[in-house]
Amino acid sequence: MADRLPRLAVVLLVALVVLLFLLPLMAGRYPVYLAIQILILSVFALGFNLLFGYTGLLSFGQAGFFAVGAYGCAKILLAVPNLLLGLAGGVAAAGIAAVILGFLSVRHTRIYFAMLTLAFGMMIYSIAWKWRDFTGGDDGLVGIPRAPIEIPGLFGLSVATMERYYYVVLVLSLLAVWAMYRLVRSPLGLTLQAIRDSETRTEFAGIPVRAYRLVAFTIAGLYAGLAGALLPPLENTVTPPYAHWSHSAEPVLATLLGGIHTFGGPIVGAFLFIMIKDIIVRFTQYWLIWLGAIVVVLVLGFRGGVASVIMNRLLPRLLRIGSGR
Amino acid sequence: MDELLKTMNLRKAFGELVAVDGVTLTLPAGRLTAIIGPNGAGKTTLINLVTGALAPDAGTIVFKGEEINRLPTHRRIHRGLSRSFQIMNIYPRLSVLQNVLLPVLARRGRNGQPFARLESETEARAEAEGILAQIGLGGQGSLPAGILSHGDQRLLELGIALAPGPELCLLDEPSAGLTPVERASVLELIRRFSVERRTTFAIVEHDMDVVFTLADWIVVLNRGRVLAEGPPAEIRENREVREVYLGEELEA
Repeated sequence: MADRLPRLAVVLLVALVVLLFLLPLMAGRYPVYLAIQILILSVFALGFNLLFGYTGLLSFGQAGFFAVGAYGCAKILLAVPNLLLGLAGGVAAAGIAAVILGFLSVRHTRIYFAMLTLAFGMMIYSIAWKWRDFTGGDDGLVGIPRAPIEIPGLFGLSVATMERYYYVVLVLSLLAVWAMYRLVRSPLGLTLQAIRDSETRTEFAGIPVRAYRLVAFTIAGLYAGLAGALLPPLENTVTPPYAHWSHSAEPVLATLLGGIHTFGGPIVGAFLFIMIKDIIVRFTQYWLIWLGAIVVVLVLGFRGGVASVIMNRLLPRLLRIGSGR
Repeated sequence: MDELLKTMNLRKAFGELVAVDGVTLTLPAGRLTAIIGPNGAGKTTLINLVTGALAPDAGTIVFKGEEINRLPTHRRIHRGLSRSFQIMNIYPRLSVLQNVLLPVLARRGRNGQPFARLESETEARAEAEGILAQIGLGGQGSLPAGILSHGDQRLLELGIALAPGPELCLLDEPSAGLTPVERASVLELIRRFSVERRTTFAIVEHDMDVVFTLADWIVVLNRGRVLAEGPPAEIRENREVREVYLGEELEA
């Protein structure tokens, strides 16, 4: 576990962030749209990996919290067209759902935890499907505005164009990534990793393990909620499939692709996932089969994930070339 | 001597099997107690009851004058209890330093800080490094704990158990699976901590050499009951103990 990033990695990271900020100036609408999808999945997967890679809990219900964030944001925007309010409301709703369902789920670990979260996720899916008056049923909610960022009487900024909305997503995603980076390197992050390595040892270190699992679950729920809340203003609709368990599999696959034991793994995985999917759907409607096959090859071929191979193999090699050895 | 821990008529059954059957024991502060007995005598169950890993069916546990029967494990640790495990229990993927740092942070109430940097926890780090130096792993703080040798992992586990600064530390077979050299260093460490620190030790041990050289007091368990207790010299002469447990080893 490297405590400090090598200088080359820092340079590359800064270059990447600059590139992300310049993207709308260099590329058309479609690449920007794809970039938004990648950023949203990155946030979703980062939250998932706090649970999985850092705390050792595999959740198959994260789409439930994603959907709570999405529906919450959509309902607010339909009533009050203020983006800040919609996003904050969506995230808060997801957080509350995560506290309640987490309280019931973290009593168990391993497969029992995974099955409980799967069940709770499907419960949210059926609420989205059946509670027609509130969620619009299978039609979902439509006509969600890409509302302006507004602080009444003080400040107002329209983000109606895709390019402007991209910056909203970019800034919030970068903040979320930064916060997570700080978190996993904090005493709290150490506590969670300790729980992953040995639950009993941690309890006997004087730490209430279950309470900390709930903390991790809630943070993962907040990240899923943020990812979900960012989507309705982009797509202008929300539909039940957001809550479906197959959507819960997306952060799982992205994280496995990128690597569960590397901080940036879920982000690299989100990029690969969206790009691979985008390329395959052009050729076949059976894209899931191909995506599945590619994920299997990459997971088997890149032990520990693509990001881990880059960080531990390619980067040191580049560094050696860079320093003339 | 102060009574640090007292159990009264402690009982725990697993179905038909009564693992601990009315154990009444007193552990005074500062006396190194060894708990011995054949396999299945209830030694580990007793440790699990005292530390809260299991709930007793009957009886009371009093620690420092207060009943702790219903206290969850992590609270008992904060009151001054600690333990090690019979089966190796460390954090293999964390660094050696982090293994010891975590319980130190927990004792200081700092382990839940979400945005503080681990690097900035200077006081806790210094304390953790101090513990590593004492257990002889001073130079290995940044290694992943999982790659240490078996003996070093045992030392590290002892360090983790001592990091909360316990008043009473229960060690479950601390020298199991060690080479004679490693065993000597683990035992030397226990002896030193016992003398230097305010920690009182109770160890479960199978090796009779260890027990008779290290312990001030020996408790013999058999089938969940206290068969005998007393200073080593007395236990060595106890006929009942010799019959059920020590017989062959002493006569050999």
